[in-house]
Amino acid sequence: MKTQSNSLFQKELINEAIKQSFVKLNPKILFRNPVMFTVEVGTFVMFIVCLWILIGEKSQGSFLYNFIVFLVLLLTLMFANFAEAIAEARGKAQADSLRKTREETPARLENGQTISSAQLKKGDVFVCEAGDIIATDGEIIEGLATIDESAITGESAPVIREAGGDKSSVTGGTKVLSDKIKVVVTTEPGESFLDKMIALVEGASRQKTPNEIALTILLAGFTLVFVIVCITLQPFGSYANTPITIAAFISLFVCLIPTTIGGLLSAIGIAGMDRALRANVITKSGKAVETAGDIDVLLLDKTGTITIGNRKATHFYPANGIDSTHFIKCTVLSSMADETPEGKSIIELSGVNPSSYQLTNPKFIKFTAETRSSGIDFENTRIRKGAFDAIKNISEKAGNSFPDETQKQVVVISSNGGTPLVVSENDKVIGVIELQDIIKPGISERFERLRKMGIKTVMVTGDNPLTAKFIAEKAGVDDFIAEAKPEDKMRYIKKEQQQGKLVAMMGDGTNDAPALAQADVGVAMNSGTQAAKEAGNMVDLDNDPTKLIEIVEIGKQLLMTRGTLTTFSIANDVAKYFAIVPALFIASIPALKGLNIMHLHSPQSAILSAVIFNAIIIPLLIPLALRGVNYKPIGASALLRRNLLIYGFGGVIIPFIGIKLIDILVSFFI
Amino acid sequence: MNTEILGVVAMFVLTVLLAIPLGKYIGKIFTGEKTIFDKLFQPLEKLFFKLSGIDAAQEMNWKQHLVALLTINLVWFLLTLFILMNIGWLPFNPDGNPSMSPDLAFNTTISFVTNTNLQHYSGESGLSYFGQLTLMLLQFISAGAGMAACAVVFTAMKEKTTDKLGNFYNYFVKSCVRILLPISIVVATLLVFNGTPMTLKGKDQIISMQGDTINVSRGPAAAMIAIKQLGTNGGGYFGVNSAHPLENPNYLTNMAENISILLIPIAMIFALGFVLKRKKLAWVIFGVMTLGFLFFLIPSIALELKGNPAIDHMHINQALGSMEGKEIRFGSAASAYWGITTTVTSNGSVNAMHDSFTPLTGMFTMLGMMVNSFYGGVGVGFLNFYIFIIIAVFISGLMVGRTPEFLGKKIEAREMKIATIIALLHPFLILTGTAIASFLYAHHPDTYAGWLNNPGNHGFSEMLYEFTSSSANNGSGFEGLGDNTPFWNIACGIVMLLARFLPIIGPVAIAGILANKKYIPESAGTLKTDTLTFGIMVFAVIIIIAALSFFPALTLGPIAEHFKIY
Repeated sequence: MKTQSNSLFQKELINEAIKQSFVKLNPKILFRNPVMFTVEVGTFVMFIVCLWILIGEKSQGSFLYNFIVFLVLLLTLMFANFAEAIAEARGKAQADSLRKTREETPARLENGQTISSAQLKKGDVFVCEAGDIIATDGEIIEGLATIDESAITGESAPVIREAGGDKSSVTGGTKVLSDKIKVVVTTEPGESFLDKMIALVEGASRQKTPNEIALTILLAGFTLVFVIVCITLQPFGSYANTPITIAAFISLFVCLIPTTIGGLLSAIGIAGMDRALRANVITKSGKAVETAGDIDVLLLDKTGTITIGNRKATHFYPANGIDSTHFIKCTVLSSMADETPEGKSIIELSGVNPSSYQLTNPKFIKFTAETRSSGIDFENTRIRKGAFDAIKNISEKAGNSFPDETQKQVVVISSNGGTPLVVSENDKVIGVIELQDIIKPGISERFERLRKMGIKTVMVTGDNPLTAKFIAEKAGVDDFIAEAKPEDKMRYIKKEQQQGKLVAMMGDGTNDAPALAQADVGVAMNSGTQAAKEAGNMVDLDNDPTKLIEIVEIGKQLLMTRGTLTTFSIANDVAKYFAIVPALFIASIPALKGLNIMHLHSPQSAILSAVIFNAIIIPLLIPLALRGVNYKPIGASALLRRNLLIYGFGGVIIPFIGIKLIDILVSFFI
Repeated sequence: MNTEILGVVAMFVLTVLLAIPLGKYIGKIFTGEKTIFDKLFQPLEKLFFKLSGIDAAQEMNWKQHLVALLTINLVWFLLTLFILMNIGWLPFNPDGNPSMSPDLAFNTTISFVTNTNLQHYSGESGLSYFGQLTLMLLQFISAGAGMAACAVVFTAMKEKTTDKLGNFYNYFVKSCVRILLPISIVVATLLVFNGTPMTLKGKDQIISMQGDTINVSRGPAAAMIAIKQLGTNGGGYFGVNSAHPLENPNYLTNMAENISILLIPIAMIFALGFVLKRKKLAWVIFGVMTLGFLFFLIPSIALELKGNPAIDHMHINQALGSMEGKEIRFGSAASAYWGITTTVTSNGSVNAMHDSFTPLTGMFTMLGMMVNSFYGGVGVGFLNFYIFIIIAVFISGLMVGRTPEFLGKKIEAREMKIATIIALLHPFLILTGTAIASFLYAHHPDTYAGWLNNPGNHGFSEMLYEFTSSSANNGSGFEGLGDNTPFWNIACGIVMLLARFLPIIGPVAIAGILANKKYIPESAGTLKTDTLTFGIMVFAVIIIIAALSFFPALTLGPIAEHFKIY
């Protein structure tokens, strides 16, 4: 999946898009886009005019001139269709490679029968063993397995999925590497997230987003204004005894209406979803991507987003009178059977191979919520490690005092944002291990960037408020929720939303589902439970919590691309007026040559240059539409100034130059 | 500096200096804060509310506001229609002028109810004093209604999430009693002391130097002239409006009247700043409007001062500028200034003949009406501008990568639909009307050729101007057009009605819908509307949408005429 070509235009995609450009000429399809539909009507009228001239009409100018106008208009349409088609083709290619992973996989049912994945229905249970490809999306109901999800995520390290808990979800197309699992199918055929995404990209079920609708209304309004301007020109012309040819009318009309943005609008929308897909995020609707651009508050889990994985042991502090090597040995022994990342990190820090110790009859004590400690019993030795108060309890019960220097060290570690893990040997405190969160490199720069976008970041953590505050300050987040329970997240989201803010969050567990549903943008991790995935409006295939930041930028880019190209399109009108209006009347009112400020060669060359410019600007802007306008977090006013200068002022100037250049070329032929 | 230009600069600076405190006062009235004049006006207002049985404290939503607005307009429409058709036998008719014909009464009533004041009659012979006073009352009412609608939009912009937008009658009565009435009294008093008549006596007689006896029309003129200027009405007492020596006797009254044209439209912008507590936003809006205004004004004054090249060719001295159709006591700069101010504000009173301006000045007067929101009419000017703000916010909101929002409210499809329709309406009415007229003239010359005394480009300008003036609810005429025919009466009547009420309904509806939406607090990503950049954006939107749509039409009129002369 990560093997995308950086090139915007691959050969096979272009061939497909060209084919589609013709298919999309069908008025029924084009009717959805009012701007381009009127261009099609104009093109059809020009076609009739050409036929009319062929049967002998003399008042409309030469056949060649009219035919060229017809061709250029047809090309305008084709370019617009091509823009949409290439965006669709790119999205489809992306989706196809995802889909390939889930074609016709045999699925073995519980009763031993083997059927095709396409026949699996919601609620069916199938079995997978090592080496099998999982037939479809589902949830493990029995067993545990290591699974290779690289086909979906591009991540080569296998992951563990097991029944119950938050890691029970499996995705169709991934491969079981070990063990055996029973999976219940959770989606109807053709309704998995991927199927939905493919349908969205292919346009079959693509609905216009509210924002797109509002823009379409505005563009339809602009089109209508120019319908009025052009139709009324006919009686004005006859009053002034200035016959205006149909070609001139239609050219003026097509040039003035916002064809540039009209032609690129749907391509921009598709490209937005496509960019999300390229970031390995499946969106359930185009609206979700747009909403992401409006996000005011971002809820981020501490673990995995702000800090690397879990906390790690960073220091050993033996109590006074305890030999350092002995202390380390004890910590290693107590962590031998500890599968938690913290336990592993202790062994890592010690640099000792635990199997070098020869133990007789070791008994490992697992961590429980009651004892809040774990450890090992062997021979006559009892080693425990655990939370400060838990170990303090043990030692006090046995009548041992808690060493002062260790107590002090515990406070120092806590106030530095670390977690102290106190170790006791035979109920006597022998020292403390410091566990620290490692903040991801570069994360505070990202938060700074978010702040400049006007987005507030909130860290969600199960840590105590003191530790949470320390990490929040160090990482540079704006706020934190400490000792967070799922309902705390929910409460926070609701509170922000009541103030009119839009909230985004990421989650994976079933208990995240209500908050994911409540959030305006809820991104579920692909590894998460089915409930979480159903509740959110996006699924991140990479399970990467920092993805939210990318999603916000994709959303902003989408809106910005629409806005800037609309501005560009409308700004272009200034030059087009100055090209075409003098050309319309100069024959009957020669004095108007003063208005021909571009000194265009002749009325016909002026009209041709304007329509040609209008047509070729569309393909020239396709790369911009597909890539999106660069978002820079420099504050809204500075951003507006910048974009207004580039696309507004540029939009006024560029067509003057472009039309003049085309006119120089055209004048060689006319 | 040239004294003529100095006079113009003085007028503008004085206007702005007066408009700032007045804006603050208007803002206080709209928000219901105490002012020092409360004791003075409250008894009068209480009387009105007691007589009508209206509870001025009852809050209304935007739909109820519109119902109230349309209701009072309908009532006054019917009442005025009745009066104008019966002035012949009604009191205060010393000159014995006859009742109006039904069609003329219909046209005149629409014209005054819509704040247009296009006059197809001549005040001296067409109306009794009772008729004049009725129309004078309508000049208060139509201006007050516009200000009240604007107050509704101000309130809606201020509120966070509500559908309670104050009481329409409260805004309306206060606008008339506390704003229009006292300033009118001041201006009228000044006019009376400078020779404008204010009497109920009939025509006076003077013996001219040749010994002829001349009947001089008079009447309660001063009061009507004051409100015609202040309420951006423009309906003059005498036929030739403020070019008449009794309506506008000298340069001082000219200054007073011209300041009155711009005063309340500019004050409304500052009032917005006080109501919203966003003075910077008010200054940005004022800046954009002033930029547009100067864009029309400066070339106009320059052209009028320079004179007409066609007259130069005849070797006639034009040291005073192009004086055709102008009054010698005002001069060309002050006439051009009046011409632009009266058209940008939808006032429509004149002190010179617009038909005689040089072609491009004529174009700028038309552009003022085509844009109709560089200050604009009292109250309604801001409503028109509001539509452009909504469109500009939408486009620029997208440009900064956020769903567009204005003052904390999201702008979505429904608001855009309304804004687009209203923005379309003005070009639609003007261009379609002119197109029908052009078509009739070109294809049925025998029936309709009588309209135009000057065929060709100038004739086209006359037709374009007439529809532009009707659609902008301006009421001034380019003249030279035979407009007292069934076609022009009916067509202009329809245009005036649509162009008055739809552009009030639209912004009030948008503001009402927005007020009801959830309020989103500002963040660093929010587009700020009180910045220079946003001001430029709004200006560009206005120029490209409102002004450039008329470019082809203007090319066939004033632009072609200009290139032919120069």
